[in-house]
Amino acid sequence: MSPIVRRKGERFTLPGKYLLFILTILCTGMMLMTFSTDIFNKPLNTIVGYVVVPFQRGISSVGSWISKRSEELVQIRALLEENAELKRQVDELTVENTQLQQEKYELNTLRELFDLDSEYADYEKVGARIIARDSGNWYHSFTIDKGSDDGLAVDMNVIADGGLVGRIIAVGPNWAKVVSIISDNSNVSGQILATGDKLIVSGDLEMMQSGLIRFSQLLDSAGVVVEGDKIVTSDISDKYLPNILIGYTKDITLDSNKLTKSGTVTPAVDFEHLDEVLIILELKQTVEE
Amino acid sequence: MKRKIIVAILIFFCFLLQSTVFQAIAFNGIVPNLLIVLTAAFGFMRNEKEGLVIGFFCGLICDIFFGDVIGFYALVMMYIGFFNGKFSGIFYPEDIKLPMALIIVSDLSYCMICYICMFLLRGKLDFPYYFLHIILPEVVYTTVITLLLYPLILFINVRLENGGKRGTQ
Repeated sequence: MSPIVRRKGERFTLPGKYLLFILTILCTGMMLMTFSTDIFNKPLNTIVGYVVVPFQRGISSVGSWISKRSEELVQIRALLEENAELKRQVDELTVENTQLQQEKYELNTLRELFDLDSEYADYEKVGARIIARDSGNWYHSFTIDKGSDDGLAVDMNVIADGGLVGRIIAVGPNWAKVVSIISDNSNVSGQILATGDKLIVSGDLEMMQSGLIRFSQLLDSAGVVVEGDKIVTSDISDKYLPNILIGYTKDITLDSNKLTKSGTVTPAVDFEHLDEVLIILELKQTVEE
Repeated sequence: MKRKIIVAILIFFCFLLQSTVFQAIAFNGIVPNLLIVLTAAFGFMRNEKEGLVIGFFCGLICDIFFGDVIGFYALVMMYIGFFNGKFSGIFYPEDIKLPMALIIVSDLSYCMICYICMFLLRGKLDFPYYFLHIILPEVVYTTVITLLLYPLILFINVRLENGGKRGTQ
Protein backbone atom coordinates (compact mmCIF):
# COMPACT_ATOMS: atom_id res chain seq x y z
CA MET A 1 0.00 0.00 0.00
CA SER A 2 1.45 3.31 -1.01
CA PRO A 3 1.81 5.66 1.96
CA ILE A 4 0.30 8.60 0.15
CA VAL A 5 -2.91 6.90 -0.93
CA ARG A 6 -5.82 8.21 1.05
CA ARG A 7 -8.04 5.72 2.82
CA LYS A 8 -11.55 6.38 3.82
CA GLY A 9 -11.91 7.92 7.26
CA GLU A 10 -8.17 8.48 7.55
CA ARG A 11 -6.70 11.95 7.64
CA PHE A 12 -4.51 12.70 4.66
CA THR A 13 -0.85 12.98 5.64
CA LEU A 14 2.17 13.29 3.45
CA PRO A 15 5.28 11.50 4.80
CA GLY A 16 8.30 13.67 5.54
CA LYS A 17 10.54 12.35 2.81
CA TYR A 18 7.98 13.03 0.08
CA LEU A 19 7.53 16.56 1.36
CA LEU A 20 11.31 16.96 1.47
CA PHE A 21 11.54 15.82 -2.12
CA ILE A 22 8.81 18.18 -3.30
CA LEU A 23 10.24 21.19 -1.47
CA THR A 24 13.76 20.39 -2.71
CA ILE A 25 12.49 20.55 -6.28
CA LEU A 26 10.62 23.75 -5.46
CA CYS A 27 13.74 25.39 -3.98
CA THR A 28 15.96 24.30 -6.85
CA GLY A 29 13.35 25.59 -9.27
CA MET A 30 13.20 28.93 -7.49
CA MET A 31 16.98 29.23 -7.47
CA LEU A 32 17.17 28.55 -11.19
CA MET A 33 14.34 30.99 -11.82
CA THR A 34 16.00 33.79 -9.86
CA PHE A 35 19.11 33.45 -12.00
CA SER A 36 17.17 34.18 -15.16
CA THR A 37 14.14 36.23 -14.11
CA ASP A 38 12.95 38.14 -11.05
CA ILE A 39 9.44 36.76 -11.17
CA PHE A 40 9.30 35.96 -7.42
CA ASN A 41 10.76 39.22 -6.22
CA LYS A 42 7.73 41.39 -6.74
CA PRO A 43 5.02 39.36 -4.93
CA LEU A 44 7.33 38.14 -2.14
CA ASN A 45 8.77 41.59 -1.56
CA THR A 46 5.28 43.02 -1.34
CA ILE A 47 4.09 40.42 1.16
CA VAL A 48 7.04 40.71 3.52
CA GLY A 49 6.88 44.46 3.12
CA TYR A 50 3.52 44.50 4.81
CA VAL A 51 4.17 41.77 7.37
CA VAL A 52 7.75 42.11 8.61
CA VAL A 53 8.91 45.63 7.84
CA PRO A 54 6.57 47.49 10.24
CA PHE A 55 7.94 45.42 13.12
CA GLN A 56 11.55 45.95 12.10
CA ARG A 57 10.87 49.64 11.82
CA GLY A 58 9.39 49.72 15.31
CA ILE A 59 12.13 47.66 16.93
CA SER A 60 14.93 49.60 15.33
CA SER A 61 13.45 52.95 16.28
CA VAL A 62 13.02 51.80 19.90
CA GLY A 63 16.52 50.31 19.80
CA SER A 64 18.10 53.45 18.46
CA TRP A 65 16.21 55.53 21.03
CA ILE A 66 17.57 53.38 23.87
CA SER A 67 21.10 53.32 22.55
CA LYS A 68 21.01 57.07 22.03
CA ARG A 69 19.83 57.66 25.61
CA SER A 70 22.54 55.42 27.06
CA GLU A 71 25.15 57.08 24.90
CA GLU A 72 23.96 60.45 26.11
CA LEU A 73 24.53 59.49 29.74
CA VAL A 74 28.02 58.26 29.01
CA GLN A 75 28.95 61.26 26.99
CA ILE A 76 27.75 64.11 29.20
CA ARG A 77 31.11 64.65 30.89
CA ALA A 78 33.05 64.40 27.70
CA LEU A 79 30.60 66.79 26.11
CA LEU A 80 31.14 69.46 28.75
CA GLU A 81 34.86 69.51 28.07
CA GLU A 82 34.24 69.37 24.39
CA ASN A 83 31.84 72.27 24.65
CA ALA A 84 34.46 74.61 26.07
CA GLU A 85 36.89 73.52 23.40
CA LEU A 86 34.30 73.98 20.69
CA LYS A 87 33.36 77.48 21.82
CA ARG A 88 36.94 78.50 21.34
CA GLN A 89 36.92 76.88 17.94
CA VAL A 90 33.72 78.64 16.94
CA ASP A 91 35.46 81.98 17.20
CA GLU A 92 38.30 80.80 15.05
CA LEU A 93 35.96 79.23 12.56
CA THR A 94 33.76 82.27 12.20
CA VAL A 95 36.74 84.17 10.97
CA GLU A 96 37.69 81.31 8.71
CA ASN A 97 34.14 80.93 7.50
CA THR A 98 33.89 84.46 6.22
CA GLN A 99 37.07 83.88 4.33
CA LEU A 100 35.78 80.61 2.90
CA GLN A 101 32.49 82.11 1.88
CA GLN A 102 34.32 84.59 -0.21
CA GLU A 103 36.30 81.77 -1.72
CA LYS A 104 33.14 79.74 -2.32
CA TYR A 105 31.63 82.60 -4.20
CA GLU A 106 34.72 82.68 -6.30
CA LEU A 107 34.58 78.92 -6.79
CA ASN A 108 30.97 79.01 -7.90
CA THR A 109 31.65 81.59 -10.52
CA LEU A 110 34.64 79.59 -11.70
CA ARG A 111 32.57 76.40 -11.83
CA GLU A 112 29.95 78.00 -13.93
CA LEU A 113 32.73 79.20 -16.09
CA PHE A 114 34.09 75.70 -16.58
CA ASP A 115 30.63 74.15 -16.74
CA LEU A 116 31.52 71.61 -14.06
CA ASP A 117 28.10 71.76 -12.51
CA SER A 118 27.48 68.03 -12.38
CA GLU A 119 28.75 67.21 -8.90
CA TYR A 120 26.63 64.94 -6.80
CA ALA A 121 25.57 67.79 -4.57
CA ASP A 122 23.05 68.53 -7.28
CA TYR A 123 21.39 65.11 -7.52
CA GLU A 124 17.94 64.81 -6.04
CA LYS A 125 18.22 62.72 -2.88
CA VAL A 126 15.92 61.16 -0.31
CA GLY A 127 16.85 60.18 3.23
CA ALA A 128 16.09 56.76 4.74
CA ARG A 129 16.75 54.93 7.97
CA ILE A 130 18.35 51.51 8.25
CA ILE A 131 15.88 49.15 9.90
CA ALA A 132 17.56 45.74 9.68
CA ARG A 133 20.91 44.21 8.85
CA ASP A 134 21.86 40.96 7.20
CA SER A 135 20.90 38.11 9.52
CA GLY A 136 23.93 36.07 8.49
CA ASN A 137 27.57 36.88 8.97
CA TRP A 138 28.86 36.43 5.43
CA TYR A 139 27.71 39.51 3.57
CA HIS A 140 27.07 43.11 4.52
CA SER A 141 23.65 44.17 3.31
CA PHE A 142 20.82 45.96 5.06
CA THR A 143 17.23 47.06 4.57
CA ILE A 144 15.99 50.63 4.66
CA ASP A 145 12.52 51.97 5.42
CA LYS A 146 11.73 53.48 2.01
CA GLY A 147 10.69 51.62 -1.10
CA SER A 148 9.08 51.92 -4.48
CA ASP A 149 6.27 54.02 -2.94
CA ASP A 150 8.86 56.71 -2.27
CA GLY A 151 10.22 56.53 -5.78
CA LEU A 152 13.13 54.17 -5.18
CA ALA A 153 14.20 51.66 -7.80
CA VAL A 154 16.79 48.93 -8.21
CA ASP A 155 20.35 50.16 -8.92
CA MET A 156 19.90 53.56 -7.30
CA ASN A 157 23.05 54.68 -5.49
CA VAL A 158 23.13 55.03 -1.72
CA ILE A 159 25.43 57.52 0.00
CA ALA A 160 26.15 58.69 3.55
CA ASP A 161 28.67 61.10 5.08
CA GLY A 162 29.43 62.28 1.55
CA GLY A 163 30.74 58.86 0.53
CA LEU A 164 29.40 55.88 -1.37
CA VAL A 165 27.59 53.24 0.70
CA GLY A 166 26.29 50.91 -1.98
CA ARG A 167 23.36 50.40 -4.26
CA ILE A 168 19.81 49.11 -4.06
CA ILE A 169 19.40 45.56 -5.32
CA ALA A 170 15.75 44.87 -4.45
CA VAL A 171 12.75 47.02 -3.63
CA GLY A 172 9.43 46.33 -1.97
CA PRO A 173 6.63 48.87 -1.59
CA ASN A 174 7.94 50.21 1.73
CA TRP A 175 11.45 48.77 2.00
CA ALA A 176 14.56 48.29 -0.08
CA LYS A 177 17.61 46.07 0.20
CA VAL A 178 21.01 47.72 -0.10
CA VAL A 179 24.27 45.89 -0.71
CA SER A 180 27.18 47.92 0.62
CA ILE A 181 30.49 48.28 -1.16
CA ILE A 182 32.32 46.47 1.65
CA SER A 183 30.22 43.34 1.11
CA ASP A 184 32.23 40.44 -0.25
CA ASN A 185 30.04 40.11 -3.34
CA SER A 186 30.35 43.74 -4.40
CA ASN A 187 32.60 45.27 -7.04
CA VAL A 188 32.72 48.94 -8.00
CA SER A 189 34.52 50.50 -10.89
CA GLY A 190 36.42 53.50 -9.58
CA GLN A 191 39.12 55.93 -10.53
CA ILE A 192 41.82 57.94 -8.83
CA LEU A 193 40.48 61.47 -8.71
CA ALA A 194 43.81 63.16 -9.29
CA THR A 195 45.01 61.11 -12.25
CA GLY A 196 41.87 59.51 -13.66
CA ASP A 197 43.42 56.00 -13.55
CA LYS A 198 40.72 53.33 -13.45
CA LEU A 199 40.60 50.59 -10.85
CA ILE A 200 38.22 48.04 -9.34
CA VAL A 201 37.16 48.39 -5.71
CA SER A 202 35.88 45.13 -4.26
CA GLY A 203 34.58 44.31 -0.80
CA ASP A 204 36.38 41.63 1.12
CA LEU A 205 35.16 39.73 4.16
CA GLU A 206 38.72 39.22 5.37
CA MET A 207 39.32 42.96 5.53
CA MET A 208 35.85 43.97 6.69
CA GLN A 209 36.79 43.71 10.35
CA SER A 210 39.73 46.04 9.92
CA GLY A 211 37.38 48.49 8.19
CA LEU A 212 39.15 48.40 4.84
CA ILE A 213 38.28 47.36 1.32
CA ARG A 214 40.46 46.11 -1.49
CA PHE A 215 41.27 47.64 -4.84
CA SER A 216 42.92 46.01 -7.79
CA GLN A 217 43.77 46.42 -11.47
CA LEU A 218 45.11 49.93 -11.10
CA LEU A 219 47.14 50.70 -14.20
CA ASP A 220 49.34 53.44 -12.88
CA SER A 221 52.07 53.52 -15.48
CA ALA A 222 53.33 56.92 -14.45
CA GLY A 223 53.66 55.78 -10.82
CA VAL A 224 52.17 58.94 -9.39
CA VAL A 225 49.39 57.45 -7.24
CA VAL A 226 50.36 57.79 -3.60
CA GLU A 227 48.88 56.89 -0.24
CA GLY A 228 45.89 59.07 0.63
CA ASP A 229 44.74 59.73 -2.92
CA LYS A 230 40.99 60.10 -3.33
CA ILE A 231 39.13 57.30 -5.11
CA VAL A 232 35.80 58.17 -6.72
CA THR A 233 33.37 56.14 -8.80
CA SER A 234 34.39 56.09 -12.42
CA ASP A 235 32.37 57.32 -15.35
CA ILE A 236 32.49 53.93 -17.07
CA SER A 237 30.55 52.13 -14.32
CA ASP A 238 27.07 51.17 -15.48
CA LYS A 239 25.50 51.12 -12.01
CA TYR A 240 27.20 53.95 -10.15
CA LEU A 241 26.97 57.63 -10.93
CA PRO A 242 30.35 59.24 -11.60
CA ASN A 243 32.48 61.14 -9.09
CA ILE A 244 31.01 59.86 -5.84
CA LEU A 245 33.72 59.57 -3.21
CA ILE A 246 34.55 55.96 -2.30
CA GLY A 247 37.54 56.47 -0.02
CA TYR A 248 41.26 57.04 0.21
CA THR A 249 44.08 54.74 -0.84
CA LYS A 250 45.88 53.21 2.13
CA ASP A 251 48.67 51.09 0.77
CA ILE A 252 49.61 50.27 -2.77
CA THR A 253 51.57 47.27 -3.97
CA LEU A 254 52.73 46.26 -7.42
CA ASP A 255 51.12 43.02 -8.57
CA SER A 256 53.30 40.08 -9.55
CA ASN A 257 52.51 40.77 -13.20
CA LYS A 258 54.47 44.05 -12.84
CA LEU A 259 51.74 45.89 -14.74
CA THR A 260 48.88 46.56 -12.40
CA LYS A 261 48.78 47.66 -8.80
CA SER A 262 46.48 46.68 -5.99
CA GLY A 263 46.06 47.58 -2.36
CA THR A 264 43.60 48.74 0.23
CA VAL A 265 41.17 51.62 0.51
CA THR A 266 39.91 53.35 3.64
CA PRO A 267 36.21 53.95 2.91
CA ALA A 268 34.85 57.45 3.36
CA VAL A 269 31.82 56.05 5.15
CA ASP A 270 31.86 54.65 8.68
CA PHE A 271 30.00 51.40 8.02
CA GLU A 272 30.09 50.35 11.69
CA HIS A 273 27.91 53.23 12.81
CA LEU A 274 25.75 53.69 9.78
CA ASP A 275 22.27 54.76 10.81
CA GLU A 276 20.76 56.97 8.15
CA VAL A 277 21.56 57.03 4.46
CA LEU A 278 20.71 59.13 1.43
CA ILE A 279 19.48 57.63 -1.81
CA ILE A 280 20.20 59.42 -5.05
CA LEU A 281 16.97 59.36 -7.06
CA GLU A 282 18.79 59.28 -10.34
CA LEU A 283 19.88 56.23 -12.26
CA LYS A 284 23.02 56.01 -14.29
CA GLN A 285 22.18 56.41 -17.91
CA THR A 286 22.85 53.19 -19.76
CA VAL A 287 22.74 52.24 -23.39
CA GLU A 288 19.79 50.00 -24.22
CA GLU A 289 20.86 46.89 -26.03
CA MET B 1 -3.88 25.09 14.00
CA LYS B 2 -2.91 26.71 17.29
CA ARG B 3 0.46 25.03 17.00
CA LYS B 4 1.02 26.40 13.51
CA ILE B 5 0.23 29.94 14.56
CA ILE B 6 2.52 29.79 17.57
CA VAL B 7 5.38 28.33 15.52
CA ALA B 8 4.87 31.01 12.86
CA ILE B 9 5.06 33.71 15.53
CA LEU B 10 8.25 32.11 16.90
CA ILE B 11 9.92 32.15 13.47
CA PHE B 12 8.81 35.72 12.99
CA PHE B 13 10.25 36.89 16.31
CA CYS B 14 13.50 35.02 15.93
CA PHE B 15 14.04 36.63 12.52
CA LEU B 16 13.16 40.07 13.85
CA LEU B 17 15.52 39.68 16.80
CA GLN B 18 18.31 38.42 14.60
CA SER B 19 18.05 41.24 12.08
CA THR B 20 17.55 44.12 14.52
CA VAL B 21 18.27 43.63 18.22
CA PHE B 22 21.14 41.18 17.87
CA GLN B 23 22.80 43.38 15.26
CA ALA B 24 23.04 46.05 17.92
CA ILE B 25 24.65 43.74 20.51
CA ALA B 26 26.80 41.77 18.07
CA PHE B 27 30.31 40.95 19.31
CA ASN B 28 32.81 41.94 16.68
CA GLY B 29 30.13 42.00 14.02
CA ILE B 30 29.06 38.38 14.52
CA VAL B 31 25.42 37.59 15.20
CA PRO B 32 24.11 34.27 16.56
CA ASN B 33 21.87 32.16 14.37
CA LEU B 34 18.54 31.93 16.19
CA LEU B 35 16.70 30.45 13.24
CA ILE B 36 18.95 27.42 13.17
CA VAL B 37 18.32 26.84 16.88
CA LEU B 38 14.60 26.99 16.20
CA THR B 39 14.75 24.70 13.19
CA ALA B 40 16.97 22.11 14.85
CA ALA B 41 15.01 22.18 18.12
CA PHE B 42 11.66 21.59 16.46
CA GLY B 43 13.27 18.94 14.26
CA PHE B 44 14.44 16.72 17.10
CA MET B 45 11.60 17.58 19.46
CA ARG B 46 8.87 16.73 16.98
CA ASN B 47 9.69 14.91 13.77
CA GLU B 48 11.36 15.16 10.38
CA LYS B 49 8.37 16.71 8.70
CA GLU B 50 7.92 19.54 11.16
CA GLY B 51 11.66 20.20 11.14
CA LEU B 52 11.81 20.50 7.41
CA VAL B 53 8.75 22.72 7.11
CA ILE B 54 10.02 25.11 9.80
CA GLY B 55 13.48 25.07 8.23
CA PHE B 56 11.99 25.88 4.86
CA PHE B 57 10.13 28.93 6.12
CA CYS B 58 13.05 30.15 8.25
CA GLY B 59 15.30 29.93 5.21
CA LEU B 60 12.77 31.54 2.91
CA ILE B 61 12.39 34.64 5.08
CA CYS B 62 16.21 35.06 5.08
CA ASP B 63 16.25 34.57 1.32
CA ILE B 64 13.67 37.26 0.67
CA PHE B 65 15.39 39.85 2.81
CA PHE B 66 19.07 39.10 2.47
CA GLY B 67 19.63 36.27 0.02
CA ASP B 68 21.24 36.48 -3.38
CA VAL B 69 19.08 33.75 -4.87
CA ILE B 70 15.69 32.87 -3.50
CA GLY B 71 15.63 29.28 -2.30
CA PHE B 72 19.25 28.76 -1.23
CA TYR B 73 18.92 29.29 2.52
CA ALA B 74 15.49 27.63 2.38
CA LEU B 75 17.05 24.50 0.91
CA VAL B 76 19.92 24.36 3.41
CA MET B 77 17.72 25.02 6.44
CA MET B 78 15.15 22.52 5.23
CA TYR B 79 17.71 19.71 5.12
CA ILE B 80 19.04 20.70 8.55
CA GLY B 81 15.52 20.47 9.96
CA PHE B 82 14.98 17.12 8.26
CA PHE B 83 18.18 15.52 9.54
CA ASN B 84 17.53 16.80 13.06
CA GLY B 85 14.15 15.11 12.82
CA LYS B 86 15.97 11.78 12.43
CA PHE B 87 17.00 12.11 16.07
CA SER B 88 13.50 12.64 17.42
CA GLY B 89 13.40 8.94 18.39
CA ILE B 90 16.25 9.27 20.91
CA PHE B 91 15.29 12.70 22.24
CA TYR B 92 14.35 13.10 25.89
CA PRO B 93 13.37 16.53 27.26
CA GLU B 94 15.44 16.04 30.44
CA ASP B 95 18.67 15.54 28.53
CA ILE B 96 20.49 18.70 27.41
CA LYS B 97 23.54 17.01 25.86
CA LEU B 98 21.92 15.70 22.68
CA PRO B 99 20.12 18.98 21.85
CA MET B 100 23.29 21.01 22.40
CA ALA B 101 25.37 18.64 20.30
CA LEU B 102 22.79 18.63 17.52
CA ILE B 103 22.48 22.41 17.44
CA ILE B 104 26.26 22.85 17.36
CA VAL B 105 26.63 20.33 14.55
CA SER B 106 23.71 21.95 12.68
CA ASP B 107 25.18 25.43 12.90
CA LEU B 108 28.63 24.17 11.96
CA SER B 109 27.33 22.37 8.90
CA TYR B 110 25.19 25.37 7.95
CA CYS B 111 28.27 27.62 8.05
CA MET B 112 30.34 25.10 6.11
CA ILE B 113 27.71 24.86 3.38
CA CYS B 114 27.51 28.66 3.22
CA TYR B 115 31.29 28.90 2.96
CA ILE B 116 31.58 26.23 0.30
CA CYS B 117 28.71 27.47 -1.86
CA MET B 118 29.21 31.21 -1.53
CA PHE B 119 32.96 31.66 -0.99
CA LEU B 120 34.94 28.61 -1.99
CA LEU B 121 33.25 28.45 -5.37
CA ARG B 122 34.21 32.08 -5.96
CA GLY B 123 37.86 31.25 -5.38
CA LYS B 124 38.18 32.48 -1.80
CA LEU B 125 40.44 29.76 -0.51
CA ASP B 126 41.60 31.11 2.84
CA PHE B 127 39.54 28.64 4.85
CA PRO B 128 41.44 29.01 8.18
CA TYR B 129 40.67 32.72 8.22
CA TYR B 130 36.96 32.25 7.58
CA PHE B 131 36.78 29.41 10.06
CA LEU B 132 38.42 31.38 12.87
CA HIS B 133 36.77 34.72 12.22
CA ILE B 134 33.27 33.86 11.04
CA ILE B 135 32.33 30.22 11.56
CA LEU B 136 33.79 29.59 15.01
CA PRO B 137 32.51 32.82 16.63
CA GLU B 138 29.07 32.22 15.17
CA VAL B 139 28.95 28.65 16.50
CA VAL B 140 30.15 29.70 19.96
CA TYR B 141 27.75 32.62 20.11
CA THR B 142 24.87 30.46 18.89
CA THR B 143 25.70 27.85 21.54
CA VAL B 144 25.57 30.49 24.27
CA ILE B 145 22.24 31.79 22.99
CA THR B 146 20.95 28.21 22.78
CA LEU B 147 21.37 27.88 26.55
CA LEU B 148 18.85 30.71 26.93
CA LEU B 149 16.57 30.05 23.98
CA TYR B 150 16.34 26.26 24.12
CA PRO B 151 14.54 26.00 27.51
CA LEU B 152 11.99 28.49 26.18
CA ILE B 153 11.37 26.47 23.01
CA LEU B 154 11.18 23.28 25.08
CA PHE B 155 8.67 24.88 27.42
CA ILE B 156 6.51 26.08 24.54
CA ASN B 157 6.66 22.64 22.92
CA VAL B 158 5.69 20.85 26.14
CA ARG B 159 2.78 23.21 26.65
CA LEU B 160 1.65 22.70 23.07
CA GLU B 161 1.87 18.92 23.33
CA ASN B 162 -0.07 18.84 26.60
CA GLY B 163 -2.64 21.20 25.17
CA GLY B 164 -2.94 19.01 22.06
CA LYS B 165 -3.54 15.88 24.14
CA ARG B 166 -6.19 17.54 26.23
CA GLY B 167 -7.89 18.71 23.06
CA THR B 168 -8.18 15.22 21.59
CA GLN B 169 -9.38 13.51 24.74
